[in-house]
Amino acid sequence: MTVSRLIDELDLEVLSLPFPDREIKGGYTGDLLSWVMGRAKADNVWITIMTNINVVAVASLSDVAAVVIAENAEIGAGVIKKAEEQGINILRSKCPTYETAIAVAKLI
Amino acid sequence: MSEAISFRFLIDGDDFTSAGNASVQVKKMLRQLNFDAETIRRVSVAMYEGEINMVIHANGGSADVNVWNDRIEVVLADSGPGIPDIDLAMQEGYSTAKDNIRSLGFGAGMGLPNMKRYSDDMKITTELGRGTTVTMSFFVNS
Ligand SMILES: Nc1ncnc2c1ncn2[C@@H]1O[C@H](COP(=O)(O)OP(=O)(O)OP(=O)(O)O)[C@@H](O)[C@H]1O
Ligand SMILES: [Mg+2]
Repeated sequence: MTVSRLIDELDLEVLSLPFPDREIKGGYTGDLLSWVMGRAKADNVWITIMTNINVVAVASLSDVAAVVIAENAEIGAGVIKKAEEQGINILRSKCPTYETAIAVAKLI
Repeated sequence: MSEAISFRFLIDGDDFTSAGNASVQVKKMLRQLNFDAETIRRVSVAMYEGEINMVIHANGGSADVNVWNDRIEVVLADSGPGIPDIDLAMQEGYSTAKDNIRSLGFGAGMGLPNMKRYSDDMKITTELGRGTTVTMSFFVNS
């Protein structure tokens, strides 16, 4: 499953998409950043409602395939710009975290 | 590389938005040096946790990264308040982070445990009122 296919299937909003063809393997949901760094695996899709600038660094260092912002949460233009610069895919879902995770799980 | 390649970074204690930049740079350099993805991930996540700790808890510090073919060492040194009880600080869930830090998603008390888990060896030396030095070693997968 590629990131671009996930976008189509879940009708996600694209905020930053430098690597549309990246493969997704599994997922992780969570908002506490050290939990994410301890538990998420490389190539996961990370579902969160956290949207501050540190999310970009955590996504980059954890090597996740994409971040999906749930609940249509607000995210600043500066954060999206940094994600583009650092090669991080950021997408947004209108659904809450739980529903988003179930939808992802059905696909992969 | 029988001689180490060394990098040094100063970590600004006031600037929360640029916290993590040193770790992101190290990740890029390790990629250029062709280390495997899992080693790069372990080093950069553990270094980021340490970098953030210096910003949140110690008003900044320095990071020295020494790279050999088969081993990577990260030394994080600060002149912050020190850690009164290292065993307590190492426990999952223990945190003294304030609410404003927690609202950013930090303060779960998982940083030091992550650093321990992702590194192959970790040493903490600390003195109250003088500062803390965390040294992490990583053996490269071959
Ligand atoms: N460099 C440091 N100087 C002084 N105290 C520190 C330092 N690093 C960690 N500590 C102390 O150890 C505690 C535990 O650190 P740890 O990184 O595990 O959790 P945290 O930083 O509070 O939260 P998290 O890392 O999950 O965001 C901190 O809350 C702080 O009291
Ligand atoms: Mg920490």
